[in-house]
Amino acid sequence: MSNVLVLVDHTAGKVRKTTAELLTIARRLGEPVAVFIGEGVQDALPALGQYGATKVVALTNPELTQFLVAPKAEALQQVAAKIEPSAILISSNAEGKEIAARLAVKLDSGLITDAVDVAAGDGGPVTTQSVFAGNYTVQAKVTHGTPIITVKPNAATPEAAETSPEVEEFDVSISDLAKTARITESKPREATGRPELTEAAIIVSGGRGTGGDFGPVEAFADSLGAAVGASRAAVDSGWYPHAYQVGQTGKTVSPQLYVAAGISGAIQHRAGMQTSKTIVAINKDEEAPIFELVDFGVVGDLHKVLPAATEEVTKRKS
Amino acid sequence: MKIVVCAKFVPDATADRRFRPEDNTVDRAGVDGLLSELDEYAVETALTVKEAGDAEVTVLTVGPEQAADAVKKGLQMGADAGVHVIDDAIHGSDAVATSLILSKALAKLEADLVVFGMGSTDGSMGVVPAMVSERLGLPAVTLGSEVTVDGQTVRIRRDGDTASDTIEGTLPLVLSVSDQANEPRYPSFKGIMAAKKKPVQTWSLADLEISPDQVGGSSAWTEVVEVTARPPRSAGTIVADEDGSGAAQLVEFLSTNKFL
Ligand SMILES: Cc1cc2nc3c(=O)[nH]c(=O)nc-3n(C[C@H](O)[C@H](O)[C@H](O)COP(=O)(O)OP(=O)(O)OC[C@H]3O[C@@H](n4cnc5c(N)ncnc54)[C@H](O)[C@@H]3O)c2cc1C
Ligand SMILES: Nc1ncnc2c1ncn2[C@@H]1O[C@H](COP(=O)(O)O)[C@@H](O)[C@H]1O
Repeated sequence: MSNVLVLVDHTAGKVRKTTAELLTIARRLGEPVAVFIGEGVQDALPALGQYGATKVVALTNPELTQFLVAPKAEALQQVAAKIEPSAILISSNAEGKEIAARLAVKLDSGLITDAVDVAAGDGGPVTTQSVFAGNYTVQAKVTHGTPIITVKPNAATPEAAETSPEVEEFDVSISDLAKTARITESKPREATGRPELTEAAIIVSGGRGTGGDFGPVEAFADSLGAAVGASRAAVDSGWYPHAYQVGQTGKTVSPQLYVAAGISGAIQHRAGMQTSKTIVAINKDEEAPIFELVDFGVVGDLHKVLPAATEEVTKRKS
Repeated sequence: MKIVVCAKFVPDATADRRFRPEDNTVDRAGVDGLLSELDEYAVETALTVKEAGDAEVTVLTVGPEQAADAVKKGLQMGADAGVHVIDDAIHGSDAVATSLILSKALAKLEADLVVFGMGSTDGSMGVVPAMVSERLGLPAVTLGSEVTVDGQTVRIRRDGDTASDTIEGTLPLVLSVSDQANEPRYPSFKGIMAAKKKPVQTWSLADLEISPDQVGGSSAWTEVVEVTARPPRSAGTIVADEDGSGAAQLVEFLSTNKFL
């Protein structure tokens, strides 16, 4: 069977859920080979084995993480030259997409980004993408070189398939050219204790209608165990950090439940949440376009509805 | 310093965007289009750098006839010159091919600083800047939410998922900026009038020594097999909170659908 490379997404050896999804998808296409860059491969091993990695290629050259993405793309090119994979899967985040872009040029290969599903096809993987603000679904395939696919979070339900992969240390050489963009400072974001936006099953988002007070949005989110999101209007007003923006220039999310409070539903916001399974809105304007999308909508003041709903949820849950 | 802004002409997101049924490519001819809004932030960045020092700003676009509008908008905002790469063979190009065309044009323009938007509003892959950097062998600092150019050093702040990073590189370099970077200016009346006299060059693939079979649909390395319009969402239940029962009904809905 052919090898499918999966670039492991992790922080200091703690493997992110997206990697379990990529490994699950890789098993549909061939034998998953995990590529682990940085420190902590031993910590990552159990999670990689649980989702079926047949081998783990570990790259620990410190230069790989000091500079921006270019060294990682060079490293993957060298791994690919040895393993000769039939496809390469990378998480669809900012870094993943840039690595994939560089790799596509290096390997003379076609690139598909932001896949929401990947299936095995006759002539290689067939991807599903959601385009034009979620208004169209597109099926595509790579017709040249080694298919490189970046995959969005929640594209697959992780399925365990226990293996005990061996770790193979791999030496890479990084060119001077790849070392030209330096990270000079890095301020980690404070953890909120809430689920991560792109991975959450439930998201409660607030917009301009919050008037700057995200308290009711956060309280309702916490009662549901949800992540908190925001519209661009709320972010631009400085009410909530940009990392939580949902939409075209923020995150694309596809949770089981999306609650929009005080958000009008502009096309750019829809672009980031339209594919959510169930959509709920609270808005005081019954004409707000967000109501065109909803499964359930409340026309009312979020400052009244959210606290009352939070209380009711808490009561039912206890 | 020579600054080149790569700006794309895209179908208007607020109008009806569609695919051409004959080849599943984005319909750019039959719909209203404009300079990708996200590339306005790139133009603004270039103009700010120019105003702080000594630079010439060129707007570069690859696209069909109507794409001249994207160049025009850049000139109206204040760019000095435009380059429009247009060739029938380009239709259907994917990001890999587009990056080839842009790279050749950028090399010909001898750009010191290349500024990109964070992603086109139609394809929104956000990969072309990295591809161009790879092809030109230039450093790339991407997705800047704050940009400072300090002599030969370009420094950005990038707000990532887990951290806020400061990233820097030395000119010549490729830069991409997010929609947090600035507030793009509107063209002034004076700017609109002045744009009419600014030089715009039109280049073909031959001018860039690219053979037609390197680009376009027939050599695209990805192929769209099928396009499906998303079925409209079925109308939901909407209740008014006038009597204060909205929250209870909402929670009942969540409970029925097993979200509690
Ligand atoms: C290139 C580009 C990219 C963009 N990217 C994004 C993006 O990624 N994400 C994004 O969200 N937007 C994005 N936008 C902006 C988008 O067009 C809208 O401006 C934005 O989504 C509006 O945010 P909003 O719904 O919070 O504010 P508004 O449109 O002002 O809506 C506020 C809503 O709150 C309601 N409201 C007010 N008070 C209350 C109350 N007390 N209780 C209940 N409801 C109340 C109002 O009726 C109204 O419907 C982008 C725009 C451009 C041009
Ligand atoms: N046809 C084009 N002409 C000029 N610039 C482009 C073109 N396509 C993409 N770009 C630039 O590349 C950026 C990213 O595009 P994309 O990778 O398609 O999302 C855009 O914001 C533009 O700056």
